[in-house]
Parts: sequence; C-alpha cells; structure tokens
Amino acid sequence: MTTIAANPADFHGSAHDADHKPAFFARWFMSTNHKDIGTLYLIFAIFAGVIGGAISGLMRWELAEPGIQHLTSWASMMKGSGATLDEAYHMWNVLITAHGLIMVFFMVMPAIIGGFGNWFVPLMIGAPDMAFPRMNNISFWLTAVAFIMLLGSSFVPGGTGLGAGTGWTVYAPLSTSGSVGPAVDMAIFSLHMAGAASILGAINFITTIFNMRAPGMTLHKMPLFVWSVLVTAFLLLLALPVLAAAITMLLVDRNFGGAFFDAAAGGDPVLYQHLFWFFGHPEVYIMILPGFGIISQIVATFSRKPVFGYLGMAYAMVAIGVVGFVVWAHHMFTSGMTVDMKLYFTAATMLIAVPTGIKIFSWIATMWGGSVSFKTPLVWAMGFIFMFTVGGVTGIVLANGGLDDNLHDTYYVVAHFHYVLSLGAVFALFAGFYYWFGKMSGKMLSEALGHLHFWLFFIGVNVLFFPMHFLGNSGMPRRYPDYPEAFAYWNEVASFGYLIMLAGVIVFFINVAYAYLAGRRAEGNYWGEGATTLEWTLSSPPPFHQFETLPVIK
Amino acid sequence: MTHEAHNLKTGLMAGALAISMVGMGFAAVPLYRIFCQVTGFGGTTMRVDEAQAATIKPTNKTIVIRFDANHRSDLPWDFKPERTTDTVSVGARDLSIYIAKNLSDEAVTGTASFNVTPIIAGQYFNKIQCFCFTEQTLKPGQQVRMPVVYYVDPKILTDPDTKDIEEITLSYTFYPVDQSE
Repeated sequence: MTTIAANPADFHGSAHDADHKPAFFARWFMSTNHKDIGTLYLIFAIFAGVIGGAISGLMRWELAEPGIQHLTSWASMMKGSGATLDEAYHMWNVLITAHGLIMVFFMVMPAIIGGFGNWFVPLMIGAPDMAFPRMNNISFWLTAVAFIMLLGSSFVPGGTGLGAGTGWTVYAPLSTSGSVGPAVDMAIFSLHMAGAASILGAINFITTIFNMRAPGMTLHKMPLFVWSVLVTAFLLLLALPVLAAAITMLLVDRNFGGAFFDAAAGGDPVLYQHLFWFFGHPEVYIMILPGFGIISQIVATFSRKPVFGYLGMAYAMVAIGVVGFVVWAHHMFTSGMTVDMKLYFTAATMLIAVPTGIKIFSWIATMWGGSVSFKTPLVWAMGFIFMFTVGGVTGIVLANGGLDDNLHDTYYVVAHFHYVLSLGAVFALFAGFYYWFGKMSGKMLSEALGHLHFWLFFIGVNVLFFPMHFLGNSGMPRRYPDYPEAFAYWNEVASFGYLIMLAGVIVFFINVAYAYLAGRRAEGNYWGEGATTLEWTLSSPPPFHQFETLPVIK
Repeated sequence: MTHEAHNLKTGLMAGALAISMVGMGFAAVPLYRIFCQVTGFGGTTMRVDEAQAATIKPTNKTIVIRFDANHRSDLPWDFKPERTTDTVSVGARDLSIYIAKNLSDEAVTGTASFNVTPIIAGQYFNKIQCFCFTEQTLKPGQQVRMPVVYYVDPKILTDPDTKDIEEITLSYTFYPVDQSE
C-alpha cells in the first residue's frame, strides 16, 4: 500500500528541538497539538465510557429479575425524598436516554474520531499537525462542556421526574409536550454543542486529509484508516446539521409556541422521525467506519501482508457512506408506510450488505496465506470481524419491512445494534488501543493481560447480548424496566454476562496501570515488518512536533 | 496560494456544506408538506376543483365513510359531525356536515388539520370543498354548520394496495389560530 522512502534517522536529528513541550496548564488546557488533543479525547472517552457503562450496569441489575427491585430507591436517592412509582419509571427512561447519548456522542465518537483520528491521521499522511489546530482545541472543549451539560440535565425536572427521559432519539411529542421542565432543553443543547464540535472536527479532518498529505501520498496510497476518517468526516458534515435543525425545531416547539411536530396544530410528529433518522442512520456508520479503518490496519500488520483489495476496501467505505443516506426510513417501518415504500427501503438497506461483505471478505482474504501472529490487537480485530458479521446478519433480518413489523422495538433490535456497536465499534476501539497504546505512551501493555481482557470481554458480551435475540423473538419490548416471568431466564443470563464483561474491563484498567508502572519501553516500530504506515517510522511516543522535514512516499 | 490560505479555502467550503445542510434540514418542513399534498403520504387528502370533479363517473361499488372530529384542549369549541357515517358510491359526490359551536364569550378563530385512515387511501380521497381550506372565526356562542364536499376516486378500486378498503375514516382536528399578527 505505502512504501516509505524517508529514512527514520532523518527525523531523529531534529527530535530534540521538536520536543519542547509547554508547561502543564498550557499543554493540556490550551492544547493545539494533535497528539495531546487526541490523548485528551481518549481520556475523556474512557471516563464517559465508565459512566455510560455503569448506567447499563444499573439497568442490568434492575432487569436481572422480574418486578421493580431497585428503581424506586434510586429515584428516591436522586430526588432526596420518597419517589413515586411513576417517578421511578421516569428514572428508567432517564437511564436509557443517558446510556444511549453518552455511548454514542461521548464515548464512541470522541474515542474513534477525536482520539484515534486526531492522533493518527496526521501521522499516517505525514503531516506535522491538523490543518486548524486551534479549532481542534475548540472541538474538544465543546464536547467536554456538552457532556457536563448532559450530566447536569439529570438533576433538574424533566416532566414526570428528574432528568431527560426521551430516549436517545428524542421523539416528539414525548420530548415536547410530554417532558415539561429544563432537563430536555439541557439535553438538546448538549446535543447542539456536541454536534457543533463534531462538525468543526469534520471540517478539520477534511482539510487536513485533502491539503496536508506528504509529497507522494496520493489519495490512492492513503492508509485505509485515513480513508475511513475522510468518509466519516463527510458523513458528519452532511448528517449532523440535519439533527441540529431537527432539535432546534424541538426547542421552538417546546419554548416558543411552535408546532413543527404538533399534530393538533397542523404539524407532524412523523416529520421529526424522518429528520432524526436522516441523521441517525449515517450516524451509525459514523461510529463504525473508523473502526473498519482500524481493523484494516491491524489485520494487514499482523498478517504481514498489504490489505487484500485495497481500492475495493476504500470504495466500499465510500459506497456504504453514500447508500447510508438513502435508507433511513427502515427505522420507521411501523410509522405508516405503503408497501412500495417498504419495498424500496428494504431493498436499499439490504444493498449495504454488498460493500460490507466486500470488507469482511477482504479482511479474511488478507489473513489467508499471511504470516499471521496472534498478538492482542489481531485477536480483538478477529473478534470484531466475527461479532460484526453476526450483527450484520441480524441487520439483514431487520431490514425486511414485513419482519420488522413484528420485531420493531423488541430486544431483537437491542441485540442487533449492540452486536454492531457494543461489540463492533467497542472491539475496534480496544483493538486500536492495544495496537497503538505503545506508540502513544511509549510503554507496552501486557500481552497476557490483553488476551485475558479479550476472552473475558468476548465471552461476557456474548452471554450478555446473545440471549436478547431470544427475548426479542418471543416479543419482549425495549425500554421497559419490568417484564413477565416468561422472560426471566434469559434476562438473568444476560445480567451474568454483564458481570463477566465487567471483569474484563477491570483487567483492562489493570493492564493500563501495569503498562505505566512496569511496562516495557516501546520501540519505534514494535510490531515489526508488518507495520508499514508512517507512524511506525517515528519514535514511541513520537516527538512533540513531527515531520518538520516532510517524508517522501514513492 | 499559501498553505494557510489553501487550508482556509477548503475549510470554508466544508463549512459552507455543513451550513447548507442546516438549511436543507429546515427546508424539509415545507418540502415534506408538499410531498404529502402531492402523494397523499400520511393520509393527506387531495384537493380538486369542479372541472376535475366533473370528469369522474360514479360506480356501483359502495364504500363507508366515517367522520371523526377532535379539537385541541385550548380551543373552547364544541365540534362534531352531523352524521358519523355515510355510505357512498365510489366516484359519487357526497356532502357531509360538521357542526362547530363557540362555547366561550369571545370570538375565536380556528383551523383544522385533517387526514384519512387507512393512510394509503389519502391519494384517492378528493375534496372539492372543505371548511378546512380556510380559517373559521366564530363569534361568542355562535354555532355553524360547515360543509365538506368530496368523492372517492374510482381508481381506488383498481390499485392492488387499496382495492380491499371498505371503510375510510375522515378525521379533523381543530386548533386555535393566533390572530395577534
């Protein structure tokens, strides 16, 4: 894919001058360095992921057996006095809303785009930094403030109780006339800020990738991770403004007597769903495409082969991005649609399986006949390929308009999107973390702990999410804190799965602590000859400013 | 062009794209309304003039039309259909009456949103005349009889998706219109 002509030694001569770092406050709070901002994003995402993951733990705790066990006491704790059952139910809605929004906007996106994107896009294309370093800083701090805003919304009234209980989709009329009080306004404003941050980030990535590639780094020589971030940046640019428009209309309906989505005043709540999913469907590709890029780098590195079908891989991502914009109504099959419309959205959705299939095939073909070494990153990448295929197949099931009438809003859907996100995007994140941690920190993680983390996590999430297919097929609806006895068995199994996964996460943190306390020093290219992209020509960690002499790519 | 100027140009172009998508988001509101009016999406009924209506010939197949009336809680009106059902020939013109009464002691202006179910029948439900085309102002205590003249397009009998429909519900929801402007 990429051959590097520059001699690594060329950079080391200037490394001393390039390594002058500002003092602590200026370095971390006013940062304009893409690597420092990437680090901030990763720390932020881990922090948000712990909160979002803890919330899902609360939900699994409540769902471990039928009946309402803990919800009322949690709601009372939040309120400071005895909560009614209705307030407890509202608390449930707040938990599902917070879990969804945090994981989407404050964990996966900051980690995969803000974290790995900021760190490795400039390194991989041979650029000294991002195109707009100060705007990069604004993006990060907007995201941080947006997160505080969202957390703050849990402590103010949101209708039936404290907090915004609208679901991550913020459907009207629940989010308008159904949720009186400032909580939903705060949540919407938080989305505005997180969205603005991501749009600024996307502009930065597009400019960097188009204008700042090293001499000889043509678009068709770019590493696939850079391709994936480029496609993602365009999706962000086209999708997020539509969300911004839709939630601004929600604010108008809520506060300024508007009736965009009020059927009793000439509006239409289904319009909100169309606008939301015009954003929402590309959004799921925004979360997974950079993961595809990471997996491509890792599979090629540990097979010691260039990735199979490079151009097909790059344009498969473009195709997924383009087709992803014309399939949104498959989220709305039950909102009233003609047979012909269902036909179109079913067929268009299934079409996405073609480029996705190309990617899965090419990853396997890359490993085929390669000199494969099963290091931790590759194990996570293979976990990703397996899990994402399972989630993709259930996605094809759900794409059928006729079947979806039955499965819509059941746990089958929950199982599907956790297989592609919680097991897909998150596996890609862990794969990337194990792949690049040594490069970023200069310290090596433990291979043994990494494998232990993988197996605990892999078994945990499968025990957690696979039974949800059975629950959904038997008709258990999403978004409820209680269920009939018939669903008790698989819910209990799922809750045990959470505990296994939790053990895996603890091993992960032990591994990070180990790396900093006792980890081996990382060399420049610690993965050896399979790692061919430009970041491996630099020291670990790379100098504060790199590529003052631009590398030349043949 | 310098490096910075080149970056600025690309960045501004990307920013313009994002801003134009915000515009597209808001433009979706009128576009969606037009889409519904043209295609009958979401059970939106069609509006026809006398000339178009004159070309339609009644068939001997009958269909039941149900009439539904709602009003928003902050509109102090009583609003109901005179009859709750009519059985009409497909293609034949029918006149139906809704009755509205202002229960408050001040003049109130309202207008009605409308659609039909099954929603797929919207494209074949043609209104020649309807009180819902305009705003209605009722003086204190005033009661009015408001007509709607419509027919069901005989094409409903040949469309495979709609030919089994035996009953259509026509629904109105009255809501207050702010007269302050």
